[in-house]
Amino acid sequence: MKLFDIDQWEEIYDSLNKNRTRTFLTAFGIFWGIFMLILLMGGGKGLQSMLGNNLAGFASNSGFLISERTSKPYRGFRRDREWHMNLQDVTRLKNAIPELDIVTPMLENWGNNTASADNRSLSVSLTGEKSEMSLIDNPKIIHGRPLNDVDDLQRRKVCVVGTRVVEELFPRLAKDESPCGRFIQVDGVFYRIVGVSGKGPQGISIGGNAQTTVHLPYGTMQQMYNKGENVDIMCMTAKEGFKMSDIQKRAEVLLKREHMIHPDDTQAVLKLNTEAIFGMVDSLFHGVSILVWMIGLGTLLAGAIGVSNIMIVAVKERTTEIGIRRAIGATPRDILGMIMSESIVLTLLAGMSGITLAVLILQAMEMWLQADNPSVTFQISFYLAVGSASLLALLGVIAGLAPAIRAMQIKPVDAMREE
Amino acid sequence: MIHLKNIHKTYDNGSPLHVLKGIDLDIQKGEFVAIMGASGSGKSTLLNILGILDNYDEGEYRLAGTLIRNLSETRAADYRNRMIGFIFQSFNLIPFKNAVENVALPLFYQGVGRRKRNALALEYLDRLGLKDWAHHYPNELSGGQKQRVAIARALITQPQIILADEPTGALDSHTSLEVMEILKDLHRQGMTIVVVTHESGVAYQAEKIVHIKDGLIECIEENLHPEENPFGVNTIMK
Repeated sequence: MKLFDIDQWEEIYDSLNKNRTRTFLTAFGIFWGIFMLILLMGGGKGLQSMLGNNLAGFASNSGFLISERTSKPYRGFRRDREWHMNLQDVTRLKNAIPELDIVTPMLENWGNNTASADNRSLSVSLTGEKSEMSLIDNPKIIHGRPLNDVDDLQRRKVCVVGTRVVEELFPRLAKDESPCGRFIQVDGVFYRIVGVSGKGPQGISIGGNAQTTVHLPYGTMQQMYNKGENVDIMCMTAKEGFKMSDIQKRAEVLLKREHMIHPDDTQAVLKLNTEAIFGMVDSLFHGVSILVWMIGLGTLLAGAIGVSNIMIVAVKERTTEIGIRRAIGATPRDILGMIMSESIVLTLLAGMSGITLAVLILQAMEMWLQADNPSVTFQISFYLAVGSASLLALLGVIAGLAPAIRAMQIKPVDAMREE
Repeated sequence: MIHLKNIHKTYDNGSPLHVLKGIDLDIQKGEFVAIMGASGSGKSTLLNILGILDNYDEGEYRLAGTLIRNLSETRAADYRNRMIGFIFQSFNLIPFKNAVENVALPLFYQGVGRRKRNALALEYLDRLGLKDWAHHYPNELSGGQKQRVAIARALITQPQIILADEPTGALDSHTSLEVMEILKDLHRQGMTIVVVTHESGVAYQAEKIVHIKDGLIECIEENLHPEENPFGVNTIMK
């Protein structure tokens, strides 16, 4: 078979073009299969990027330790004792566990703090943070600046606030106007707003709703609320390649030894980590993508079987034509080439249009959704498209094989044995 | 040109059916031969063997000096393409190709370029008086025109022999005569023609009539002056 012979192509075009209904029906199966596959893959990717967007900015290998009352008596201490981690524990943890990357203390007053300005008030959460905290929980600053080390050292009365705080306390502010420089009053003390955190209601945040949180410098909060050396939450991240849950166990042992807590006390140290959450999301997406592949490939395979099936019927229908061709000098290889190339061309054409339409729809969805969420991506990668196209060619060959072999077996005598 | 010696053919569909029981036949170059017989006599089988469309079990068949026996499908296709022109009862044109494309098809399988083969096809159509119908599809042609297209297709490869299987079977008496005239014309130009038929009117246009009965040649009748034969006068009996 001379593949690049123009006559060959004309023959293919002729027999496909002159039997349009059959060609269309045959092509539709493949078209639909690849269309669904690409659309599902793009959709899965888009969903992933939308959900991933909610988790973005939060370190995926972070963990938190919180002190609770003890549940066991130990070394002369009674049970139900209240204890606190302290600033020396930060150094202790850093020294004892080299796998830790960041260890930073955090102070927290949940709920019942009232922030007010201009005779308006709002119930907020208060946190005291060092600047390193932004590496664990990115505040996504939309106005002004994050808190820095100087704020902490000089115990400045400044704050970074969530978006709801601004909306509630400064309702007359235009939508994109910065509230930086204005003052809010919390528990009788005035703080100047230096930044606004753009975190939305979804996703992970520590210390309550990110939109109604007022972040203070660590030193400021320590002084204002008489926290002394006490640490409410110990925040940490593991270095690349280490599991946070293992590290947290070691940290727990260390803290229990330092603070005279029974080694078997399961209540005294509350451990939280993001590993589990991220792991769950990961396995969810893994499941979704397996499902997408199964459905897509299944549909595509059904399409290929459809092509094969219709081609077999077509070969039957064309018995006379093939017989004539054989009688006037077509070799079995000519016939094989004819049916195979028809199948491949048909599959590729249908598949390409399926890919094109799916890509267009994905692009439209992406453009539509990117208006309010710029990091959403639906589009499949170029290599995936190329891969699908080669898969199509392969499917075309496989689909054409059975009908072509059947066509090859047609004897020229069959041309005369009509009706 | 054609040399058959003791040809046997048995079909085996469940119970063996001995169709040809030893055929000996010689056809010289330039002869116009009709093979005649009732249905079931084995004449179609004989034609299939002559046309290398079917194998035979026993004997020897030489076409233009070449022994035709146990050929591969590819070789058989090549011989059919170059040595034999077929004319069928039901025309057997490809419905989605127009007249020129149909006529040019044998050349396509020889690997002749498109422009050249279409020009040649047009020339042959012109010779058969179908130039104006060159770009019509078979369903736009009358029976006689279709058969003329088929004849053009048979001629385009300049074959050694023309094999016609009931060439007038699907035509009325008037067009039958027309088609037979064309065949006789070709014969006058020196073409070897073998016609298989069960119509005496058609058979007696030929100069040699081979009567086949029950797989054997009954007799070979010379018909040197077809026009003097009662069957050959002016029309073809239907």
